Amino acid sequence: MNTHVLDSFILSLVVFVPFGGALLLMIFPRRERDIRAFTLAVAVLTFILSLHLPVHFDYAKTGGFQFEVNSQWIQTPNIHYHMGVDGFSMWLVVLTTFLLPLCVLMSWHSVHERVKEFHILLLMLSAAIIGVFVSLDLFLFYFFWEASLIPMALLIGVFGHDRRVYAAVKFFLYTMIASVFMLAAMLWLYAHVGSFDFTDIQRAIATGAVDISGAGKWLFLGFFIAFAVKVPLFPFHTWLPDAHVEAPTAGSVLLAGVLLKMGTYGLLRFNIGLFPAEAHRNAPWIIALAIIGIIYGALVAMVQPNMKKLVAYSSVSHLGFVVLGIFSFTTIGLVGGTFVMLAHGVSTGALFTLCGMIYERRHTYEISEYGGLATSMPVYATFFLVITLASIGLPLLNGFVGEFMVLSGAFLARPVWGIVAATGVIWSACYMLWMYQRVFYGEIKNDANRQLNDLNARERAILWPMAAAALIMGVAPLLWTRAIDPAAQNLLSVISQVMGR
Amino acid sequence: MIPQLTAADYIRLLPELVLIVFGIIVMLAEPLVAPESDRKSLGIIAFIGAVLSVLASIYQTSYQGDGFLGMIRVDSFSIFFHVVIGLITAVVILASFEYLNVQQIKYGEYYALILFGAVGQMLMSSAVELVLIFIALEISSIATYILAGFRRRVAISIESSVKYFLLGSFATGFFLYGIALIFGATGTTRIYDIAASLLQPPVPSLAYAGVALMFVGLGFKVASAPFHVWTPDVYEGAPAPVVAFMSTGPKAAAFAVLLRVLFATDAPGWFWLLWASAILSMCIGNIGALVQQSVKRMLAYSSIAHAGYILVAFAAAKDLGISAVIFYTAAYAAMNVGAFAIVAHLANAGEKYVTLEDYAGLGRRAPAQAAILTVFMLSLIGIPVTGGFLAKFYVFQAAMQAHLTGLVVVGVINSAIASYYYLRVIVVMYMREPSKQVPVMRMSTGLVVALSACVLATIYLGVLPDRVLQYALTSARALTR
Repeated sequence: MNTHVLDSFILSLVVFVPFGGALLLMIFPRRERDIRAFTLAVAVLTFILSLHLPVHFDYAKTGGFQFEVNSQWIQTPNIHYHMGVDGFSMWLVVLTTFLLPLCVLMSWHSVHERVKEFHILLLMLSAAIIGVFVSLDLFLFYFFWEASLIPMALLIGVFGHDRRVYAAVKFFLYTMIASVFMLAAMLWLYAHVGSFDFTDIQRAIATGAVDISGAGKWLFLGFFIAFAVKVPLFPFHTWLPDAHVEAPTAGSVLLAGVLLKMGTYGLLRFNIGLFPAEAHRNAPWIIALAIIGIIYGALVAMVQPNMKKLVAYSSVSHLGFVVLGIFSFTTIGLVGGTFVMLAHGVSTGALFTLCGMIYERRHTYEISEYGGLATSMPVYATFFLVITLASIGLPLLNGFVGEFMVLSGAFLARPVWGIVAATGVIWSACYMLWMYQRVFYGEIKNDANRQLNDLNARERAILWPMAAAALIMGVAPLLWTRAIDPAAQNLLSVISQVMGR
Repeated sequence: MIPQLTAADYIRLLPELVLIVFGIIVMLAEPLVAPESDRKSLGIIAFIGAVLSVLASIYQTSYQGDGFLGMIRVDSFSIFFHVVIGLITAVVILASFEYLNVQQIKYGEYYALILFGAVGQMLMSSAVELVLIFIALEISSIATYILAGFRRRVAISIESSVKYFLLGSFATGFFLYGIALIFGATGTTRIYDIAASLLQPPVPSLAYAGVALMFVGLGFKVASAPFHVWTPDVYEGAPAPVVAFMSTGPKAAAFAVLLRVLFATDAPGWFWLLWASAILSMCIGNIGALVQQSVKRMLAYSSIAHAGYILVAFAAAKDLGISAVIFYTAAYAAMNVGAFAIVAHLANAGEKYVTLEDYAGLGRRAPAQAAILTVFMLSLIGIPVTGGFLAKFYVFQAAMQAHLTGLVVVGVINSAIASYYYLRVIVVMYMREPSKQVPVMRMSTGLVVALSACVLATIYLGVLPDRVLQYALTSARALTR
């Protein structure tokens, strides 16, 4: 594999281009159009840069990280600026950078107050999220993890809807309180291993150089609670509907699209990667929570009168699939879980975008306010249908691939899990199609819906990439899974070594 | 025998001498200034003095060693604290120009008192003889007692001053008593002689009592629970820039003394004292702050909580714990001076606007000021990119290395609770509409410089902490050597 000149600092670039853009914006003149154009340029540049990763990724390599950069940041305590990606994280980075320019575009008209601050926060948030996905030093990870909190809370609290302050504070406190337990666990690990480096710690635990037989349970729980709140896993999910409903559209898209994945990614990377034995021991009840989440989320989604809240609860359900896949401890389950993360990022991102577009026209998310929109807005209805079907998991669209793999993994691990979880697919068809029917079909009863403008060029420009991604991921999942597969196999081999010992 | 003092002795006292000279110049120049004019010219003299004292401390690097017959010791530890205290003084003086003008306080002694207070604090960090430490403590305390009452037409300011004075003298009484008992137990008041004497068992029980009593006195100065009761009232009544000063300067100095007394002497029986006081301070400070409406009172409770975090590092002991204390003191100084400076600015004439409600909509009315206060609040919460994050991180890391898992867990839970009330300030500024008209002043140049310095220091410590941290580690080793 030839190395490219960018390889060693591409990850730093992908993190620091949006961050640098945010800093530049601070001293930018307050001309709204220029600010938007500049942010869009930064976002597109970041996306293009991030494409370097899949293009130059070594798909043949199993195990280890790629595009690594590792240099000392702080001497005592021993903290490294260590970044790198493997098949799990690479596509999450690309997903983030993919959604970012779309977020800028979708806020073009809906955000018109404090435009500068909005875009600064948006860029900072994406920089922090990307940082979370690429960090291989626990300190660096925690650094970005916490850094993502503030911009998100401010995006919700300043630019959101009516109950925004409540939602922002709830979001902040939930995640902040949960993550300090992770901090305590990290400090314990450092005190015993003498390094924050992910690979060092993983090796020390796997070889038994550091004995975690006593503390392991608590360490596992410390990490678990931080990630479970972020995912969110039932019963830690109550912040999510509030945050989603109140957030501005771009905030919801990033929140559902990638921020929640920080939780599932964390479970995968740290809970399983560092503590395989503990993960294996705790898998049954975690899977129980995941399955409860799948079904509970779907049932609650079904009775929501509010479109955005419905999509929010559907996220709880979908992320239940991710956790189920991850904790099935099968290659296909792990790959499927990761794939669901990506698919959900695209399709739920698109659903929130669609909700935002109709909100801009009618200023309500209430399903009962609509009906018959297919007549007045045919293009919108078409896009909505495609994304709805993707979200349900229709074959040839992205939702199907991941959920199918997750369910296969669950069957392999324990058939009853697969059977119960599979009902979630049916439920998702119920709530999504029912919503679609109530919003788009039938006669137009509400006169306000008669004269709505269909999508304009900008809105189509946002939806086309999303719909295209949903289709390509459904037709050619191999493009993605050929990177994820080796990572999953590598992880499982690490696990089996530890379990066999 | 007449003791011989060499030039090096004076250089080892240079920062203090510089401050004294400039303090006296301010006092002498005060009658020459027209009675009705503001005292900015005196402030500038004082500022120059503070900056020169920082330079003098840095100059001392090549003159390390004992001075004045072994009464003071210049080592990297004392230099670190000298620089921190000198910078605090300089920034507070800069931030005071505008405040004194707005509040119509026209006494040049204000600046002289700040300089004299700084003399005491600097001396505390370099003194290695208990009686000298006591004298330095008194120099610092008396200056701050008077400063606390500087809004003398306002009842709560007088109350603040009197309360601080009464309780403070009581606490120094304890401290003095502790010194007497230590002297009784070891026959000396020199810290390094005490250390040598305590090395030989059995440790006399008087020494335990002495350490405990000294801890009471210093615990009062650093506002740690259960000696914290004065803090909210005094901070609420005292002029805001003075609070910026006395919540950082004397605190840093008292922590320096505590470090020397506890670790240089390897004093007995301190662990559980620190352990209990740390837990109490964190819990009382954070829970108390949750319900405050006045931002000054909230920051007072928060300062109790921060004293608690620092005591966690004390309990961790060893080089790591000590360096965590040192680093935390610096980071706390940067963020707290900044926070109080901006609170002083927003308070306006008569300190009318100091409640949370007055901050509503500040993000719109005064975006720059709101953004600056946000930086300090985030640092006080301990959000990455700020010094507050790394400071807390080092403290907990040091405690974890010392296997104090329980203390760490209490600490991290407390810092999660704390995020609520700091966040509330940000929420109010950006997400609430103002319920009444609150005037907004432009920031004066002096304040802008002071605040920029604090913001830069906060972010510098959060992103590139290595140099300061290495220096803190060197200082810690110098102390325990």
